[in-house]
Amino acid sequence: MSSPDGTAPPDRPTDPAADGHGPTAPTSTGPKLELGPVGHLGDRLFAGLARGSGGLVVLIVAFVGIFLLALAIPSLADNQSSFLFSRIWEPGGEQPRFGIAALFYTTVISSIIAMAIAVPIAVGVALFTTYYAPKRLAAPVAHAIDLLAAVPSIIYGLWGILFFAPILRPVIDGLAGALGWLPIFEKPPGDNVGVVFTASVVLAIMILPVVTAISREIFAQTPITHREGALALGATRWEMIRMAVLPYGRSGVVSASMLGLGRALGETVAVLIILSVPNGNDPWNSSIFAGGETFASKIANNAAEFDSPEKTGAYIAAGLVLFVVTFLVNSAARIIVARSGPGGKRSRRNRSAGGAAAKEGAVA
Amino acid sequence: MTTLAANKPTYDGQALDLTGKSGARAFKNTLATVLIVLAFVIALIPLLWILWTVVSKGYSLLLSADWWSQSQRGITVRREGGGAYHAIMGTLIMALITAAIAVPIAIMGAIYLVEYGKGTKAARVVSFMIDILTGVPSIVAALFIYAVWITVFGFNRVGFAVSLSLVLLMLPVVLRSTEEMLKLVPDELREASYALGVPKWKTILKVVVPTAFGGIVTGVMLGLARVMGETAPLLILVGYSKNINLNPFDGFMGALPTMINQDRTELALEPAADRVWAAALTLILLVLALNLLARLVARFSTIKSK
Repeated sequence: MSSPDGTAPPDRPTDPAADGHGPTAPTSTGPKLELGPVGHLGDRLFAGLARGSGGLVVLIVAFVGIFLLALAIPSLADNQSSFLFSRIWEPGGEQPRFGIAALFYTTVISSIIAMAIAVPIAVGVALFTTYYAPKRLAAPVAHAIDLLAAVPSIIYGLWGILFFAPILRPVIDGLAGALGWLPIFEKPPGDNVGVVFTASVVLAIMILPVVTAISREIFAQTPITHREGALALGATRWEMIRMAVLPYGRSGVVSASMLGLGRALGETVAVLIILSVPNGNDPWNSSIFAGGETFASKIANNAAEFDSPEKTGAYIAAGLVLFVVTFLVNSAARIIVARSGPGGKRSRRNRSAGGAAAKEGAVA
Repeated sequence: MTTLAANKPTYDGQALDLTGKSGARAFKNTLATVLIVLAFVIALIPLLWILWTVVSKGYSLLLSADWWSQSQRGITVRREGGGAYHAIMGTLIMALITAAIAVPIAIMGAIYLVEYGKGTKAARVVSFMIDILTGVPSIVAALFIYAVWITVFGFNRVGFAVSLSLVLLMLPVVLRSTEEMLKLVPDELREASYALGVPKWKTILKVVVPTAFGGIVTGVMLGLARVMGETAPLLILVGYSKNINLNPFDGFMGALPTMINQDRTELALEPAADRVWAAALTLILLVLALNLLARLVARFSTIKSK
């Protein structure tokens, strides 16, 4: 990491909220006082360690991308079918043929359905804990929802397929009966509950705490003047929320949803357990009431197949696509937060975005 | 409109009723309240249901001393008995190695962001990279380590490789929470230290970090809780062993998530099912204990995070 020089310049204009605090600065304004050299060995070592750690993070991310790419390229070069548009997955043999179209479709559709289910509920829960629940109840309730994030995903998977999937059967039948004329809602014969829809609902439960935690942070920051202004004009509680809280928190909720989507895209074990892998001979089915495989579940399911570099390369290529997709989704979330601050208060907003990101990490 | 008491309020000659809100508005308000409370109830159902399932099906095995002291050596899916000692130790060992690598990097990285790099372009790059790392799915982290550890270097699948991939998942969690905590340390403390002639690095080590210590510990525990429940890296980077193996550099290793995974296809058999739920309960208890401990530390730490 190349920072301009070893010491933090004291006179650099910084964020007014966070005062610059240069160690070499006996005065915070005006000309620099000469108080002798400040280049202690300890200082330089420690600063070097700190910079090194920062640089290491950059290196790690770069390496993840480079290594995955380097190992994927030979397999991609040997690939006999279109990597992006083929739905076949036969990476072994003389003529490897593999494409990610089916994996991409299942991954994206399951995550989007999960997001569509989770976000309204998460917003409701966040509003409940910030503006509806009695003060004494709010904190325990918030912690209880956070506990959902503490349950390991393999347990979601087991519970989802054994206990939750059976009660989804009437829902699946109902949806298929009403909307079955659309291919996406067409129910294949049989009583299989290990379908994309089931996985989506379980994913929704899994991303609920993430979306709730960030939305809650943002809603709680709505300026009290906005809220009291609305109430003073005679707004009901709902009108106050609709006019003051929701507009203020909109970008926060959008970015929370994107982070939830990123989480759902990469979820492995729960999906692996729930989704039934379609029979190789069956024609591909686009319905959400059929089985399927996502990027993550495909890779985890076939870990035993990593015996030749060509095959491994094919799975690494799939992993790389997943990496890029989650990266794009997460970046979109950050950009939304950074660009659209409510009330034009960008700097404040950016800080809250940092807090929200930390919160997201904390409940992970 | 001058004599308010006598005249009814009017607008454009029409009488206005300002005595209360209209029925439609009151109805909307009630409807919103009902929906929001309903959303909360819906969110609580799966939590209670999962906890009830795991506790009611798993608690019986946890009561025996064997569960905490025996391995699954020589025990087939049809047989009862054995314990989860090998898996608990495997999970703990891998988590501890992960923490030993990730925590120093994370804390020093956070110190860089808050104390050294603040406002610089380099710090923004680092910060952006941490955001990316936060979003890396566990399966991609596992694939990356597979690519480095096994494909490039030709090493075997061992517990240490799992720890390496878990570092990628734990690092951003700890780094971000440490960063938030360091930001909360008042500048007056730093300035007082500088005024006494204390060099910057000693100020950070003796003043800033101790002040934020509680929050840093909280972040570490939450990070540990996250990596302990991860299954995908275990599936790819280490085989499941029923024997006790405490060496992370040699041979397959048991872990609680893979112990669950091992028997989950045999749930029709009662001994296997019992073991699956008992292992699940053990894992949840471990993770919950870390979470609760983290909250306790946060509550009693010197600076409060909001």
